[in-house]
Amino acid sequence: MRTTVIIIGAGHAGLAMSRCLTDRAIDHVVLERGEVAHSWKTERWDSLQLLTPNWMSRLPGYGYEGDDPDGYRTMPETIAFLERYAAVSAAPVQTHTTVTSVCRADHGYTVSTDQGDWSCRAVVLASGACNLASVPAFAQGVPSTVAMLTTMDYRHPNQLEEGGVLVVGASASGVQIADEVHRSGRPVTLSVGEHVRVPRVYRGRDIQWWMEVTGLFDERYDEMENLARARRLPSMQLTGSVARRTLDLNALTDIGVKLIGRFAGIHDGRAQFAGSLRNMCTLADLKMDRLLDKIDAWATSNGFDRAVGLPHRFEPTRVDVSPPLGIDLQSGAIRTILWATGYRPDYSWLDVPVFDLRGRLRHEGGVVASPGMYALGLPVLRCRRSTFIDGAGNDARDLSAHLASYLDRGNSTYRRDGYELATSR
Amino acid sequence: MTTTNSVNNGVNTQALLDARDALSASPAGAQFTWRATCTWIHGTHSRSTVKGFYGLGTEQQHKTEFTFEADHPEIFASEDHGATPVELVLSGLASCLMAGVASVAQLRGIQLRSVTAKLEGDMDILGVLGADTDARNGFNNIKVTFDIDADAKPEEIRALVAQSQKRSAVYDIITNPTNVTVEVA
Repeated sequence: MRTTVIIIGAGHAGLAMSRCLTDRAIDHVVLERGEVAHSWKTERWDSLQLLTPNWMSRLPGYGYEGDDPDGYRTMPETIAFLERYAAVSAAPVQTHTTVTSVCRADHGYTVSTDQGDWSCRAVVLASGACNLASVPAFAQGVPSTVAMLTTMDYRHPNQLEEGGVLVVGASASGVQIADEVHRSGRPVTLSVGEHVRVPRVYRGRDIQWWMEVTGLFDERYDEMENLARARRLPSMQLTGSVARRTLDLNALTDIGVKLIGRFAGIHDGRAQFAGSLRNMCTLADLKMDRLLDKIDAWATSNGFDRAVGLPHRFEPTRVDVSPPLGIDLQSGAIRTILWATGYRPDYSWLDVPVFDLRGRLRHEGGVVASPGMYALGLPVLRCRRSTFIDGAGNDARDLSAHLASYLDRGNSTYRRDGYELATSR
Repeated sequence: MTTTNSVNNGVNTQALLDARDALSASPAGAQFTWRATCTWIHGTHSRSTVKGFYGLGTEQQHKTEFTFEADHPEIFASEDHGATPVELVLSGLASCLMAGVASVAQLRGIQLRSVTAKLEGDMDILGVLGADTDARNGFNNIKVTFDIDADAKPEEIRALVAQSQKRSAVYDIITNPTNVTVEVA
C-alpha cells in the first residue's frame, strides 16, 4: 500500500496533523493500534480529569464549544472530544493497526504493520509520550509479599488490597492517586523527589490561564536556557475538579498522607529513602514563588491588578523534622507499591538511527534527525504549550508546513515515472 | 546562558558550561574515579593521601599530594592527632556545598562578599560502641547553617543554597544509599 504521509497514532496530536495535511491536500493515512483516543480509553485511571481547563483544547479547525470553559474534562468527555474531532475532520484513520517497524527506503519509509506494509515519503510519530511506565530497576528487589502496580495499571482504589500503600512520585499522577487511595482508607506514604508545586487557582484565575496570558506557554524550545531540563521536568502538581482545589503536599499532609524522601533503593528487603525531602520541598516552594512573582509583575504592568484578586503567597510545604529514611517492606506495613515515576515513549518499532546515547529521540522542534520524519505530542516539543493538547495545533501547523516544503523539494527531483530518486532524500 | 557579568566569585562558569557540553557529547570522558590511600599510623591515628585520579579518559594528578590526618579526641582515650573521620565527612559536605554556592552564584550573577557554613552532625555513640542496636552508627541528623553576605535578595540566596544541595556530590553521597564493596587484597 502506498500513501504520501503516514501518521502513527490517532490521539490529539495525530488528529491535529491529519487535519493540517487534509487542509494542504496532502494524501495521508493515520495508523492507530486501537481506536481513536486509545490511550485515554485504556491506560488512564477512572477518576482522572484533564489538568487543563476546557478552553485549552484549541486544535486546527476544532475546539471547545460547551458552556463550561473553565471545567476539566473527565476521561469519557476527553474520549468523546477526540472522537468528534476525528469525525468532523473526516480523518483517514485505519484503526486496529499496530505498527511493527519503520525503516528507511529509497522512496522514503516503509511502515510495516500487522495489517500489511505501507510505502510513504514522510512519517509523523504521534504515538505519544506516555507509552511505558518508567519504573526504577531496583523495583526487582521488592519482596513478593508486596504488590506492585504503575499508573498505567491503576484504575481505582478498590483494586488494591487493604493496608498501607507506598506511592512513589509526587507529580500530578502521584499526588492525585495518593489523595484518592488515602481517602479510601488505605494509609498512604508518598515518596517525594523533585516536583513542581503550583496552586490550581491564583488571584481568582486558573494557573493555566496565567501561564497563557503571561506568555510562559509560548516560550520556544530554541530560546530556552536548558531545554533538556524543561523536557524532563515532572508534571505540575495539579488536579482537575469541580471545586478547582489545589492538591499540593500540604493538602495531602492535611488528610494524613505521610511524606518521605525520594525512593533511593532497596537493601535486604528494606526500602531506603533520601534525606533530601526538605530541600526538594524548598526548591519547589521557591520555584512556585518565582512563578507567582512573574504573574504579579505581569498583572501590574498590564493593568490587570483590579480585574483579579490580591497577590498573596502560600504556606511553605510542611516537612517533618526527621522523616523516616527506611521502611521494612517485609513488615506488612506496606501492602502495595504504586509507581508514579513517570512515563516514556515506546519507539521499539522505529528502526531508524534517530536516537541519542540514552535512547531518546533526536529532534529539533519536532523535525526528527532523519529526512521526512516528524514527531508531535511530546513535552516542550516546540514550546511549553506543546506538552498539552492545546499545543498540538500550532505544532502541527508548523511541522506540516515543514513537511509540505520537504515534499516539494522531493518533487523537483522526481523522475517522470513518478519514482523519487534515491538522492532526493 | 550569559556569563558576561561583572560578578567575580573566582569561578570560571564558562569553562564549566563548556565542559558540560563537551562531556554530554562524549560521556565516556565524564566517567571519573576518585581515590584516597590511607595508612595506619598508631592507635586510632591514620593518614590519608590523595594524588591521582582518573577522568577525561586518562590518569590525572593533583598539583601536589594532599594529606589528611585522622584520629579521635582524648576523651576516647586517643591521642587526638587529627579530626575524627566523621568531622572530615562534615568538612567534605561543607566544602562541596560551598563550591556549589560560589559556582551557582557566579552563574546567576550574584556577587558574594562572605560565606560561612556551620555544620553539626548529631550522633548517638551507643551505636558505634555496640551498646544499643537500635542506635545507628552514623549521624542521626546533619544541620548546615549558611551565613551569606551577597548582593542578592533573601529568596535568591535561599535558591542558591537549595540549588547547591541539588548539584552536590557529597550531599547526594550522604542522603542516598551507595553500594560499598570492601575487600582484603
